Amino acid sequence: MSTPGLSSSRFDGYSEARLLKRAKWSDGLFAVLGLLVLVATLLVLGALVADFINDGASRIDGDFLTSYPSRRPGSAGILSAWVGTTLVMIVTAALAVPLGVAAGVYLEEYAPKNWVTDFIEINVTNLAGVPSIIYGLLALGLFVQTLAMGQTILVAGITLALLILPILIVATRESLRAIPQDIREASFGLGADQWQTVSGYLLPAARPGILTGAIVGMSRAIGETAPIITIGALTFIAFLPPSPIQSSFPFVNFDWLNSPFTVMPIQMFNWVSRPQAGFHINAAATGLILLAMTLLMNGFAIWLRYRLRRNLR
Amino acid sequence: MNRAVAPPPPTVTPSHAVTPAEVTYRAQVEDLNFYYGSFQALKNVNLAIADRQVTALIGPSGCGKSTLLRCFNRMHDLYPGNRYEGKIQLHPEDMNIVGSNVDPMQVRLRIGMVFQKPNPFPKSIFDNVASGLLIRGIRDRAVVAERVELALRQAALWEEVMDRLSQSAYGLSGGQQQRLCIARALAPNPEMILFDEPTSALDPIATARIEELIDELRNDYTIVIVTHNMQQAARISNFTAFMHMGHMIEYGATSEFFTNPQHEKTHEYITGRFG
Repeated sequence: MSTPGLSSSRFDGYSEARLLKRAKWSDGLFAVLGLLVLVATLLVLGALVADFINDGASRIDGDFLTSYPSRRPGSAGILSAWVGTTLVMIVTAALAVPLGVAAGVYLEEYAPKNWVTDFIEINVTNLAGVPSIIYGLLALGLFVQTLAMGQTILVAGITLALLILPILIVATRESLRAIPQDIREASFGLGADQWQTVSGYLLPAARPGILTGAIVGMSRAIGETAPIITIGALTFIAFLPPSPIQSSFPFVNFDWLNSPFTVMPIQMFNWVSRPQAGFHINAAATGLILLAMTLLMNGFAIWLRYRLRRNLR
Repeated sequence: MNRAVAPPPPTVTPSHAVTPAEVTYRAQVEDLNFYYGSFQALKNVNLAIADRQVTALIGPSGCGKSTLLRCFNRMHDLYPGNRYEGKIQLHPEDMNIVGSNVDPMQVRLRIGMVFQKPNPFPKSIFDNVASGLLIRGIRDRAVVAERVELALRQAALWEEVMDRLSQSAYGLSGGQQQRLCIARALAPNPEMILFDEPTSALDPIATARIEELIDELRNDYTIVIVTHNMQQAARISNFTAFMHMGHMIEYGATSEFFTNPQHEKTHEYITGRFG
């Protein structure tokens, strides 16, 4: 132990104390910085919500939720907007979740590892960065004009589904990739085929992650305005789409898919651009309700994810 | 001296002496070569696996023992770029396990595997053991319940889990999880079970229980076990095969193998001079 190189690299009391002090200091610094950033973000959000509440909370009542838009701010409501948003979201989720999960499963578990797969992969990632108005233009050109589907709830749902599809694909792939290889080997080792492995063991384990992707995607879709305006959603709708439930056989009805509609962000946008102060109050109230709808949707998804995670443990 | 553990004396007494006359063979490895891409991991391996006996594969790290084991149920097919040459004949119908005309699934439905690290599914204890049955399309609840109980009893786990079958398998200890994985492999009643260092992640007590278990299973199943623990090989196996750098160096009845190794390398390995 008399090697000079060895003894000189040992910690003496002085440098050890200094190292500990520096470690404590840098930990403390990072914790404080992190807290500051977090507080700043929450403050901005809090200020926004407080402003909305200040401006619009008094306007929210039963009448506001059950009235159609009107020329008089005092009697205008958002019935057609919130029903429109709800229906469009249902279509979006029904299309984006199965398609996104299927595409993600294919890319991660089935696709051969070659340049075609790489090419698809790069493009899916790029699609996530395409501005939403481009999707709106695509929908206008393809669905509304070429396919003559009209400015309907179905078209809006398809458009938003396309918009959030990359988010779901990436989330599905990430959560499949996070599953330990052990689980795949255990399943194949028992004689399972690819589909039994995916459906029996991989998808259940990936569900919480996929759900997180769905939350992020749907939250983005619910607030999108540009693509919906681009396809030509109306800003003044004084009727509801036909009811999906009817009293005569077969009791369900899909006519609502082909109905014209408006959504919450458009209603808000419309009212903000009016000169009368009364409409601005309406816009703030609409914003509050839109926030509440988003929170409700996310809350449901988080609850679902919590339950699934608990089952996994 | 760079070894922390004293080498085992070459006079370990194997507990399961078998006379070659009473042995029938379940599988035969013939001139098997295996490639990970361009790297050849197995070189002209020949080996016979005795029916309803325990065959241990030993050798230093990287010698190809796990690679050989994973050929038996075509685990290598899960990853691209792997290639087999040669044969593993499964008796009595002489199916070539690694033949390109044989579907890996066909092999895995007959040959079960227990892995190095316990790998239960994130499901209940019952569902874990029932997995292999459901995969084979067995849906009759009564049959499934009966086979699950039998497998758990065979794996000496029934008493410990009988009142919490619906709870998550992740709540079990490491040793219990490994016995659960053994039960899962047993439930579909395979012909052969492969053990890939099944006790290397376990403490000595859990290890002893698994060894006892393997000792009992030999009456009904053909067992191949990879172990890096020579005492374990001596304790539980009837036959031992020693591999080095992708070659099969020596193979024989465990009693002979440890007391009278024929090959220089084997002697060096079991006396702890390398590996």
